[in-house]
Amino acid sequence: MNITEKIKTLIINKPLKLDCGKTISEFPLAYETYGSLNGNKDNAILVFHALTGDQFVTGLNPITNKDGWWSFAVGPNKSIDTNKYFVICANVIGGCMGSFGPSHENPETKKIYGTDFPVITINDMVNAQVNLLDHFGIKKLFSVVGGSMGGMQVLQFVSNFPNKTKTAVPIACTSSHSAQNIAFNELGRQAIAADHNWMDGKYISKSIVPDKGLAVARMAAHITYLSKKGLQEKFGRKLQERDDLKFGFDADFQIESYLRYQGSVFVDRFDANSYLYITRAMDYFDLVKQFNGNLSNAFKNTKAKFFVISFTSDWLYPTQENKDIVIALNAISADVGFVEIKSDKGHDSFLLDVPDFLNALKNFLDQAYNE
Amino acid sequence: MKSEYKIITDIIEENTRVLDVGCDDGTLMEFLKRNKNVNVRGIEISKEKVQICVAKGLTVIEGNAELDLKQFPNDSFDYVILGQTLQAFINPEIVIKELLRVGKKAIITIPNFGHWKVRLNLLIKGTMPVTKTLPNNWYNTPNIHMCTIKDFVKFSKIIDFKIFKSLALINKNVSNINNSNLFFKNLFAELGIFLIEK
Repeated sequence: MNITEKIKTLIINKPLKLDCGKTISEFPLAYETYGSLNGNKDNAILVFHALTGDQFVTGLNPITNKDGWWSFAVGPNKSIDTNKYFVICANVIGGCMGSFGPSHENPETKKIYGTDFPVITINDMVNAQVNLLDHFGIKKLFSVVGGSMGGMQVLQFVSNFPNKTKTAVPIACTSSHSAQNIAFNELGRQAIAADHNWMDGKYISKSIVPDKGLAVARMAAHITYLSKKGLQEKFGRKLQERDDLKFGFDADFQIESYLRYQGSVFVDRFDANSYLYITRAMDYFDLVKQFNGNLSNAFKNTKAKFFVISFTSDWLYPTQENKDIVIALNAISADVGFVEIKSDKGHDSFLLDVPDFLNALKNFLDQAYNE
Repeated sequence: MKSEYKIITDIIEENTRVLDVGCDDGTLMEFLKRNKNVNVRGIEISKEKVQICVAKGLTVIEGNAELDLKQFPNDSFDYVILGQTLQAFINPEIVIKELLRVGKKAIITIPNFGHWKVRLNLLIKGTMPVTKTLPNNWYNTPNIHMCTIKDFVKFSKIIDFKIFKSLALINKNVSNINNSNLFFKNLFAELGIFLIEK
């Protein structure tokens, strides 16, 4: 079975006007589903992935042959119980796991898009994905759930389609990308652009990969997903397969070796141009500005039940930014619950085995489903 | 079932919006939902307690009443409940004003420091009272602003709010408090329950 056979794709015929002004049509949206849709079609959960995620939420990812990115949370009897719920997840547009993205061919020029691909936004991503509801004949989702950039998509989805979901769970996210986060994303983009192989984004046609730049981008980003305490406890100043410092620039420390490994495995599964496009979409995300400085207005038409979750050691999307969402919802008397989960695992907590988080997510969904 | 919860539930009218400040494990919220058709929310400072509430399907926000009430607009709720926690706040005056801004009415319950056992404890033993309703020692109690039923009635005049209903809980029996019986209720009630308005 080749790669294209492992990826389910929906061709979206309906033209989609992007925020940048361009209109796209007949574009592919790659998706995966887990569990089964019930007769009433009221048990569907649309999961949104984060920056480097894809549609393969759980089980074995057939492309990487590794566990899906949210295997801890999604699956039979897990927080998002696939025995009970029908889980849908799509690769975001701009991505590199089958959805319309910069590594696709431009039908007009017959060349790979590269940086000629239109700049996309979080708004564009959810406007593309809402087509999956029509595809499955779902009038109203039971829930929209996502962490990090996935959480931003949750907020944008509810704002755009206030009646299309019963519940919404934004996790470890923000309503407006901060200067610090834009700065980290820019660091990653500049690392890619500084790689000679990037060739202004035209590397695919030259059969080369800006792997060094992309690896550095991943290494820098990876640090932001962890916490100082978590790093100190896991690595400290431990040395990598050596008894003493070598007085050189090899990876003396375990943390160096770990980061280099994270960078090297990332380039095998991710496209550098997609990294540019998706980080840009995150930077442009500002739901507060979209609603003229009043975030509450983004949600004023929805009856959805919200559950906001943050993590104590997340310094990338800190609790206060998550709380701002809660405050905006309370200001319009929306139905919102909130919990900050204690964890040393930083922003990555939502992807890891953090029992308090997994229990809270499960309890919220199962209780709301029974209502 | 705690008698206190039953009394609070009796005060609250049907089809209203209720906020339980310091909702603990959500027992009162559940009781309210079961017995009255109300839309009830909670705020709770303990992460563990919030988790218990979520598991019960209750809408609860992790937060601190002194900091987090300000996010609610004026008159967001018909009733705001503050059960046995007024004495734990750094500034009870600000808390009461916030309760009455967020809610049209507030229900406040206070463990009565004027109860005879408390008085006797201090008088005879000469140590800070430890009783069934006040189980902590002076050095580990969260209760930094204890008051009596009489103090609370006085407080209503000082910071200007109206007491619509004052009830005393004595051995699981509830009775009205008025000016003529205040001395006795303040001596015998374990708990004072007040319905107040701006």
